[in-house]
Amino acid sequence: MRITKTFSTAFRALRRNKTRSALTVLGIVIGIAAVIAMMEIGKGSASSIAKTIASMGANNLLVMPGTAASGGVSFGAGSVFTLTAEDCEAILKDCPSVATAAPIVRSRTQIIFQDRNWVPTFIYGTTPSYLEVREWTNLPEGEMFTEADVRSASRVCLVGQTIIKQVFDGRSPIGQELRIQSVSFRVIGVLAAKGANTFGMDQDDVVVAPWTTIKYRVSGSSGSGSGTGGSAAATSTSNSIFPGAASVLPTTTVIGLGDRPRPMRFANVDQLMVAARSGPEIKPAMAQITQLLRERHRIRPGEPEDFSIRDMTESASTLSSTTTMMTNLLLTVALISLIVGGVGIMNIMLVSVTERTKEIGLRMAVGARARDILAQFLVEATVLCLIGGIVGLLLGRGSALLVKKFLGWGVEASVEAIIASIFVSAAVGIVFGFYPAWKASRLDPIEALRYE
Amino acid sequence: MDRPLIQLEDIKRTFHVGEITIPVLRGISLSIAAGDLVSLTGASGSGKTTLMNILGCLDRPTSGEYWLGGEETSRLSNDGRAMIRNRKIGFVFQSFNLLSRTSALEQVMMPLAYTASGMSHRDAVARAKELLTRVGLGSRMDHTPSQLSGGQQQRVAIARALVNRPPVLFADEPTGNLDSKTTVEVLAMLQQLNRDEGITIVIVTHDPNVSAHTRRNIRLRDGMIESDSVIEPIWAAASQGVGA
Repeated sequence: MRITKTFSTAFRALRRNKTRSALTVLGIVIGIAAVIAMMEIGKGSASSIAKTIASMGANNLLVMPGTAASGGVSFGAGSVFTLTAEDCEAILKDCPSVATAAPIVRSRTQIIFQDRNWVPTFIYGTTPSYLEVREWTNLPEGEMFTEADVRSASRVCLVGQTIIKQVFDGRSPIGQELRIQSVSFRVIGVLAAKGANTFGMDQDDVVVAPWTTIKYRVSGSSGSGSGTGGSAAATSTSNSIFPGAASVLPTTTVIGLGDRPRPMRFANVDQLMVAARSGPEIKPAMAQITQLLRERHRIRPGEPEDFSIRDMTESASTLSSTTTMMTNLLLTVALISLIVGGVGIMNIMLVSVTERTKEIGLRMAVGARARDILAQFLVEATVLCLIGGIVGLLLGRGSALLVKKFLGWGVEASVEAIIASIFVSAAVGIVFGFYPAWKASRLDPIEALRYE
Repeated sequence: MDRPLIQLEDIKRTFHVGEITIPVLRGISLSIAAGDLVSLTGASGSGKTTLMNILGCLDRPTSGEYWLGGEETSRLSNDGRAMIRNRKIGFVFQSFNLLSRTSALEQVMMPLAYTASGMSHRDAVARAKELLTRVGLGSRMDHTPSQLSGGQQQRVAIARALVNRPPVLFADEPTGNLDSKTTVEVLAMLQQLNRDEGITIVIVTHDPNVSAHTRRNIRLRDGMIESDSVIEPIWAAASQGVGA
């Protein structure tokens, strides 16, 4: 019996009992629909959880300059200046596990707006990538400064929510002139509220500006970040610096730095903030950065690094364990529902074999061999399951989309789940259809014909 | 050696129920020539159904030889006998055994699905249509069994039995579920097939009126052939009666 004939016979047999066929596949339909819907919703929420945790900085790496030591006295992390903006660009270019990176120049000084003054927790000089690194790109108002602003050391800045509250009385600061240590900055953007970080520091108490501006106009010293020098005092009214001056006018003096292992690099920054592509890529990213910076800084093998890298291991492991647990949970539920559906198929196929004993006897009498009967019932079960799988797939996708529309949950189509559910439903049909089919094929034609 | 279409040589069949051995057929030898119209009668328990099953290659004899169309079949495997049934034998049953909710056309085409020499779908449809027309159901090809009378259902079953052009047709109480009028119709049809197409027909029945429509009557009793007689006159009369 040819395979096309087997299929058409199976289809005809299923059509003869439309209601029962429909009810039989219901188990599979619901099973697959539940699997698909849950996988999509689960994947959606997993990625939104991942995003949340990532926005807490789980994927972030902090590259800090190394330690200066003099006569056995260490000055602590960041006491020498070994990192440059070029390092940052090199990391971006050469480390495949790195999604994005931004150099950071820190400053802590007074800001003034009209008659209000305030000392923000963070004044960060950086590049536009900073917002991507921190997953902070959803600006409620205004926009980020550009690379051109960085190159020209433009006096523009973004402010956090706390700054708005403290300095601008909650009014929109866009277009206002904010003075940071007597340098006037135009506010071009507002950062979204982020709340406190894991250490309880208010992350909204922040001003973000091009690093060149902070470095050359505000701090006026490369030593600002460490807070070891009187950097604030060194600043002239930097308004006189022309765009592009950053590369032309190196700062020459660094106050309060004792011994340095090598001549200071030009345009050093306080730290680099790097975002790995994903949780699992944090470790490779660290290795790649270490190797790259060792090369760039010409550190011979065996010598200690002049920088250090910190990660947020704790949040990262939370992220991966949450995702893994969620996936496993969903897979278990999926498996159980499919087994239940498969048992339903087997049950109905057994009923069907009993009910159609006479038909089987007749088919055998007109020349069907045992394997023809086996194939027919196996194909029937498989076709049932496949139809159930496809209907369930559509139903699952549909309900996931409904959930997305009405509940606003994150939903992500899962190609693996779709392919897997088709294969699984076919497999369920074969596995659970085999016993009834085998039973049918073992019938004795005489007995079967006589069966009432 | 030129054998008749059907030749049984000392066929025995015993059944085992637990410890007990029941000999149902106790040595049957007979031959049926091609083109014959034979009735097989006997009281219940005489072994006629068992003999029918062996003749129809549904069952295997415990011992003895069964030659069908020059082929010894008693040693064939299940699959081998399935092929024989498909190619050489047509069955007509008492209860019609039609598939529910299936059109007459599909019923008739059904055995072709198991035929090794795959006939094209179009040829299969043409053949089934031709047979349904021949049994007088040309206008009811789309009807399902529930839309057909008993006699019509049995005619669909006859068409189905003939679809593979078998040399022999076995009918097990073909009129058992029919009223007297349709009984005559169905028997007339079987006679006509036998006469016009030369198909060998064996009818199992307990009804003397049915066996009276055949040419030869084999009577079983306790697993043995009790009598084997020719009933020509009635056959001729009945045949003329139908023809008129």
